[in-house]
Amino acid sequence: MNKLNRLALPLLFTLLAGCASERVVLLPSADGRATAVVVRDEVGKRMLDKPYAGSVRRFGLGSDYQSSPAEVQEIFGQALAARPPRPKSFIVYFQEGSTDALTPASLAEFETVKKEIASRPAAELTVIGHTDRVGSLDLNDQLSLSRAATVRDLLIAAGLAGDKIETAGRGEREPLVPTADEVAEPQNRRVEISVR
Amino acid sequence: MIKTHWAVACALACFSTAGLAQAPVSAGTVKNAAGEVLIERAGQKLPAAVGAPVFAADRLRTGADGSVGITLKDNTLLSAGPNSLLSLVKFAFDSTTNAGAMSVGIRKGTLSVATGKIARQTPESIDFHTPTTVLGVRGTEFVIEVGRGSDE
Repeated sequence: MNKLNRLALPLLFTLLAGCASERVVLLPSADGRATAVVVRDEVGKRMLDKPYAGSVRRFGLGSDYQSSPAEVQEIFGQALAARPPRPKSFIVYFQEGSTDALTPASLAEFETVKKEIASRPAAELTVIGHTDRVGSLDLNDQLSLSRAATVRDLLIAAGLAGDKIETAGRGEREPLVPTADEVAEPQNRRVEISVR
Repeated sequence: MIKTHWAVACALACFSTAGLAQAPVSAGTVKNAAGEVLIERAGQKLPAAVGAPVFAADRLRTGADGSVGITLKDNTLLSAGPNSLLSLVKFAFDSTTNAGAMSVGIRKGTLSVATGKIARQTPESIDFHTPTTVLGVRGTEFVIEVGRGSDE
């Protein structure tokens, strides 16, 4: 009986999994971070927290199983093929106190941004300006907005439609390199361009 | 009399312009579309071409040869295979604070999800649901299949 159970149960689960009416499979995260999905139904809740951990439901019966890259490809291949390209962020830097002069290295980076935009279907952008901590909060809010506007203008000049670009300025609130107030820090005089 | 008509026309024009200005902000954009893909919005069926905006409360339907990929404003990636029906029940996102909320339903078909900024900031404000199950998201990427579902 025990032996039969050991043979029959996995077989039963395989059959049920094969014609499942609902299925969830956790995929490995792209950035290697810990990842999990909590599956809740009227019976209770279960946590899927390993790559390819799956949960199937059939005739009101939920059970966990281990899926595989091959199974995911077979069932979800077309959905995964339709997945949009992952959003990507770029950073360009400004010369000190300047709202319109990118550093020479950033001018080169801007060319990479343009190529990235051209490679994407229906590209959209979020452009966020930042400053270092030299000057007042208010002044830096304005400066960060001006920097974002400069990048927006550069993008429009490069052929992108203005309504695809959202801009924001965060002043000195989010320094890339934390510093004391009134410290000039080139790495903080930047604009993040997020392409999606 | 004619003057009154003009005043009314102007008032209506102003009103409708104000209405347009308050049009809801889109939740995301169609980035990939193949085969038959429809967006259902307020009783209308619209073809989902690449670049089409998607709004909260929209439903997306793919035909037997269809697939669709959408990027939401918080960088969440949703994509569906053939014979799928999704509904973007709720979507709100503040690009300054990264706070937001999202609720997505799948009635049938296949859905792949890669979560974005809302999941990182406030994972408890996100849910994905099938006809019988609710998924809470603690991480990033997963797939959901609903074999048979109702069309409603």
